[in-house]
Amino acid sequence: MADSTEVPIRESETPTISITVDFYGGLDTLFGKGQHKLAIPAADKSGSPSTIGFLVTHLCETKMNDPRTDLFVLDGHIRPGILVLINEADWELEGEEAYEIQSGDNVVFVSTLHGG
Amino acid sequence: MQQDIAQQPEAKSVPVLVNNGQDGPNNGTSGVGGSRRLTEEEFDRYSRQMIVPGVGKDGQLRLINSRILIIGAGGLGCPAAQYVAGAGVGTIGIVDGDVVEVSNLHRQVGHVASRIGMKKVDSLITHLRGLNTLPTYVPYGFHIGPQNAAEIISQYDLVMDCTDNPATRYLISDICVLLCKPLVSAASVQKSGQLIVLNCPPTPQGRVDGKYAPCYRCCFKKPPPPSSMLSCGEAGIVGPVVGMMGVAQAGEAIKILVSALHIPSRDFSIPLERNLAQPTLLIYTYELENAVGPYSFRALKMAGRKKNCFACGENSTLTLEGIQSGTPNYEQFCSLPSPTFTLPPDERITASAYHEARSRGEIPNHLLLDTREKEHFSFGSIDGAVNIPFGRLLAKAAAIKREGGAASELLPGEVLGVTEDTPVFVVCRRGLDSQEAVEKLKELGVNNGGKRRIVDIVGGMKAWKDDVDPTFPWV
Repeated sequence: MADSTEVPIRESETPTISITVDFYGGLDTLFGKGQHKLAIPAADKSGSPSTIGFLVTHLCETKMNDPRTDLFVLDGHIRPGILVLINEADWELEGEEAYEIQSGDNVVFVSTLHGG
Repeated sequence: MQQDIAQQPEAKSVPVLVNNGQDGPNNGTSGVGGSRRLTEEEFDRYSRQMIVPGVGKDGQLRLINSRILIIGAGGLGCPAAQYVAGAGVGTIGIVDGDVVEVSNLHRQVGHVASRIGMKKVDSLITHLRGLNTLPTYVPYGFHIGPQNAAEIISQYDLVMDCTDNPATRYLISDICVLLCKPLVSAASVQKSGQLIVLNCPPTPQGRVDGKYAPCYRCCFKKPPPPSSMLSCGEAGIVGPVVGMMGVAQAGEAIKILVSALHIPSRDFSIPLERNLAQPTLLIYTYELENAVGPYSFRALKMAGRKKNCFACGENSTLTLEGIQSGTPNYEQFCSLPSPTFTLPPDERITASAYHEARSRGEIPNHLLLDTREKEHFSFGSIDGAVNIPFGRLLAKAAAIKREGGAASELLPGEVLGVTEDTPVFVVCRRGLDSQEAVEKLKELGVNNGGKRRIVDIVGGMKAWKDDVDPTFPWV
């Protein structure tokens, strides 16, 4: 992967996967602007491959600038009104939170707007 | 060529309808109409857009024979209506129950200062008539709701959602599904905008045997909880950002009508080559805090109609009759319970009681925290108030909780005469954040086990303006 040199290497020996994550529609203020290049653990604590569900928790715990986690997660799931796209496709087509993240994946979180 | 047309005597009189059969398989449906000569005025007025490849005379006639409904005459509806009227769409209906306010004018380009207080629909139509007298303008000077939505929408070929709240957005989409109308939907708050074309070409509810266009519910299954939703009134809105989205909406609507994509396909065995190849969600992000930051456009590919969609899917039970009689309940659907705070009475004081206590000298030494955003604070504040924006207060509180540190760091250190017993009063914009701030400060022990009073000012600066100082510049 061309991007791999730019990905921060984690201190631990845990194998990681490199992904990119984008936030839109106000979520950028919770996580910071621009595309985030991340190296996330390849497996969760129980050793299962990392899923979108894991990524959501991981983002909350390690990347959120703002303590208002309920703007991103409610009851352990992504809050209603946030669209998730995995490699430009609606996450419903990919199995939603159960989707196993692959190296090089791009995950986009979009909070839907209603003003006008 | 211009001469050729202009000198036709009948061109100025009643148009002669000639059906030349060039309108595709669906002629006879409203919005397609037959062919006819353009009048001299039409020819002059629309020439610049008609010569664009893809429009031509047939495309222009489709626009002239079409009926567009614009719901919302605000930041999206004004620019959208302007271009739709300019392009010569024959009938333009506009729905809005609001009146023009001065705070609208920085972005709602169809209204002017001399029409403040006028119904937005009338103000906008005045503006549009100034641009183009040819279209028929139909004002609906009230809000759209479950009772009237179907009746209004049924009279149009295409709907533009320029509204500002999720309940109305779901309602409009549901009606568009049931009546087979394409929907051009946009939204914008603060510094972001979104745009998506839905239900286009329209496909009857329940058809899932092929690839069909999604509805609003296919894309946005559930509304966000009200607590996480921002309105333009609360979060603000940059004029050009919402303007850009409204203009883009007009562009999509014109494209759909010119190409006759608004006509429901009759032959479902034919793969939808006329389909907008892939529904796309356009996202516009604008940067303001960092002057050199770039803007960005991103077009996200969306999935098509979902089999299990509540509105357009296979086993949908949604009906026009149901909607009219209150099923589903849109208000309820969009207002799932959100946490509300109510502190005990001894931890609260009304704005006027606080003001009186101050003027009587009963609270000589106290700390007044104002938790509004710094932009709000910059317009004015109560004498002696110290600004700690709510988000920053929470972030600091979280950091202290996580990494340890003195809770007193939450309070501004440099204020003269503040000791650990100095009472703290907290005020915000409307009185919700301040209660949460009081809770947070107590949780972290800032109240010194009860020795220090921490008090919420009920109703925030809004109450201060209403009850104490009517001249206060509250936004």
